[in-house]
Amino acid sequence: MSDDHGKFVLERDHVQQLLEVLLRQGYGVIGPTVRDGAIVYDTVSSIADLPAGWTDEQAGGSYRLSRRKDQALFGYAVGPNSWKRFLHPPVVRLWQAKRQGDRFEVQEAVPEDRKIAFLGVRSCELEAILIQDRVFVHGRQVDTRYQSRREQVFMVAVNCAQAGGTCFCASMNTGPRVRSGFDLALTEVLEDGRHYFVVEVGTDAGAEVLRELPHRPAQHAERESADQVCAKTAATMGRTMDTVDIKDLLYRNYENARWDQVAARCLTCANCTMVCPTCFCTTVEDVTDLQGEHAERWQKWDSCFTMDFSYIHGGSVRSTPKSRYRQWMTHKLATWIDQFGTSGCVGCGRCITWCPVGIDITEEVSAIRKSEPDKNAKQNHGNP
Amino acid sequence: MLEAPRVPASPHPMVPQPWCVRRSWWETEDTFSFSMEPHHGSPTFQFSPGQFNMLYVFGVGEIPISISGDQAKGETLVHTVRAVGATTRAIGSLQPGAQLGVRGPFGSSWPVRQAMGKDLVIVAGGIGLAPLRPVVYEVLASRPKFGRVCLLYGTRTPDDILYTKELQKWSKGADLQTLVTVDRAGQDWTGNVGVVTTLIAKAEFDPDHASAMVCGPEVMMRFTIRELEKLGMRSDNIHISMERNMKCAVGFCGHCQFGPTFICKDGPIFRYDRIRHLLAIREM
Amino acid sequence: METLERIVADHSFARGLNARHLELLAGCASNVRFAANQVAFREGEEANEFYLIREGKMAVELHAPERGSINILTVGEGEVLGWSWLIPPYRWSFDARAIEPTRAVALNGKCLREKSERDSELGYQLHKRIAQIMEERLQATRLQLLNLYEIHA
Repeated sequence: MSDDHGKFVLERDHVQQLLEVLLRQGYGVIGPTVRDGAIVYDTVSSIADLPAGWTDEQAGGSYRLSRRKDQALFGYAVGPNSWKRFLHPPVVRLWQAKRQGDRFEVQEAVPEDRKIAFLGVRSCELEAILIQDRVFVHGRQVDTRYQSRREQVFMVAVNCAQAGGTCFCASMNTGPRVRSGFDLALTEVLEDGRHYFVVEVGTDAGAEVLRELPHRPAQHAERESADQVCAKTAATMGRTMDTVDIKDLLYRNYENARWDQVAARCLTCANCTMVCPTCFCTTVEDVTDLQGEHAERWQKWDSCFTMDFSYIHGGSVRSTPKSRYRQWMTHKLATWIDQFGTSGCVGCGRCITWCPVGIDITEEVSAIRKSEPDKNAKQNHGNP
Repeated sequence: MLEAPRVPASPHPMVPQPWCVRRSWWETEDTFSFSMEPHHGSPTFQFSPGQFNMLYVFGVGEIPISISGDQAKGETLVHTVRAVGATTRAIGSLQPGAQLGVRGPFGSSWPVRQAMGKDLVIVAGGIGLAPLRPVVYEVLASRPKFGRVCLLYGTRTPDDILYTKELQKWSKGADLQTLVTVDRAGQDWTGNVGVVTTLIAKAEFDPDHASAMVCGPEVMMRFTIRELEKLGMRSDNIHISMERNMKCAVGFCGHCQFGPTFICKDGPIFRYDRIRHLLAIREM
Repeated sequence: METLERIVADHSFARGLNARHLELLAGCASNVRFAANQVAFREGEEANEFYLIREGKMAVELHAPERGSINILTVGEGEVLGWSWLIPPYRWSFDARAIEPTRAVALNGKCLREKSERDSELGYQLHKRIAQIMEERLQATRLQLLNLYEIHA
């Protein structure tokens, strides 16, 4: 797609005009901002809202913002949020109902018609969105609410100029370079006193937006600079995950002693599921007013780490933290593949960064691999 | 192949359709059945045996309940409910004419068609008889298409026996070997006493040429399968009904996951050989 | 260092066995230890051995999804754990877990079955003892079933 459209150059200051064009076209623009000591995706209307000159330092259980030496607009990796909160909102009212004697009438909540533009979508985040598309749109049932929100999104992707401390998108084959699914993709280049973006056009809608901006075809040297940025990022990942045969590895290790080890550390705080861009579990809450005249059904984010999540007949099926951690990790890396055709993990590293005790999913996989004898893997319970 | 689940034709799968309670009656001290008719719209409700609906009581909550009625009588929709929590008790106290919200039918179904031409063993434990009753209805409606058919039903005490009149009717009239047992009984009971697996030895069927459909508490199903396999039944001829926490019933909320399966759409009916490895893992 | 034969002979299971049978039994025996909480076997696994408990305590358990592992019986010092090795299809019906550090003699079921086929007197002696244990356990189970401590209105 992008080859048909070619590569262009946008000067740093023209990003302001990009915002203006999008606003003019009726998009609500959501982009990175600095808030509460983190990069948070929120409404932006001007280039001044962007985190110019900020970067993040991430490690297991640790996240800090710090000042860059330059004024890069997208010089950070990923913050605690993902775009998930806009496409699959944490709290959604599904319907309302009014009682009339013995009867009641249900009124479906009309989804708000809003065009939104995402500014600064990382490759891992884009892949995460595509993964959630498979869950909500490409299955036997379609979540029409998600679908309508999704269809109205204008995506401005950004190729990462540096890998985060906990990133491993290269291992998961989800980055650092965006491949498809974007309207426009930007690679930020700061060199020799210049600050510009090499722009790739992904769709006709993207081309239309670019047409309204001052731009010109990228020169060979500029395209090379952009390529080097991406290559450097790919080579400096914070983590790696060996995904060879990972589904079968986890399927045959349900009884591995490693789960007890990680369970001793896991607080079942559910942070990982909140920050994960692909976790999609929700609960359904039926509420009513005090008089019992008016009822509503709400859909809210939920986490497999809660005790209630697997409750049936007076008890929870997964009552131990071990079983809940095991459920999360094997779902993310193994059963997801059988359910939706791809891994559930995009290697963004958020779960590692935001875990209060720094549990590292890449380390857990590695430990399980190492625990197996060198030759053919032992046949344990759980091997289908 | 399992019968394909029918995707309900509702405006949005999370919006309940209005149905009205027609009649409700207590089967035992804590379990009742009730019939419903649609408030408006389609006069018949199409479902396959083993499927379930999400039943919503205004202002109280929503729960998954297997359909326990006869799909040939689609004008009324029948469910059997054990009153153990707020929502189930609320349904139990609804009067005729009261409205309930219904979403469904959901899930996979018992492979009744696939069971034709062979013997059929139906093993039910406790409330597990409810999702199997539609199978009995369907089998009796096409009885000549099946070989020998046995219904083995076990429950706690004689007071907990469901559908007593029908069981009597089947054991006397229909060409259906009906065996009932209880875990304990008083002096008045002259029937079998012993856990339901003890009925398997009494059942008349050819294990080499039979299908089995088993529903009840998971432990009961595990032990029933052991007995069936001891007789030589193949694991791909045995189907069971699984249960897990359910919220949306359409595969989006993630609660009902059992290994890689979603019980709401890949189940609740599963061919045993496909999930036997999952059943062996604790806290799955 | 006690010989295995001596250890087996000391256990109540072996009481009354003649020297030849004791020797045959010891020939299929080995010492085992279970740490506290260690799982000895799981439901569905091949039942290849049974255990003469010398010291400690084992729990016979059944796992139900919403209840977790239910302890239905404990087997301690001087008692015997496991008879599934004797009854086809030779698979454990329950789980067994050590509640405390436990020392036991493991007797190989396959080995004993084979020896019993050749020496039916040995087979008879083993079956007699296992039948006794089964009778005790069945009695106990029946009484447990009655839920005697509940108030039955």
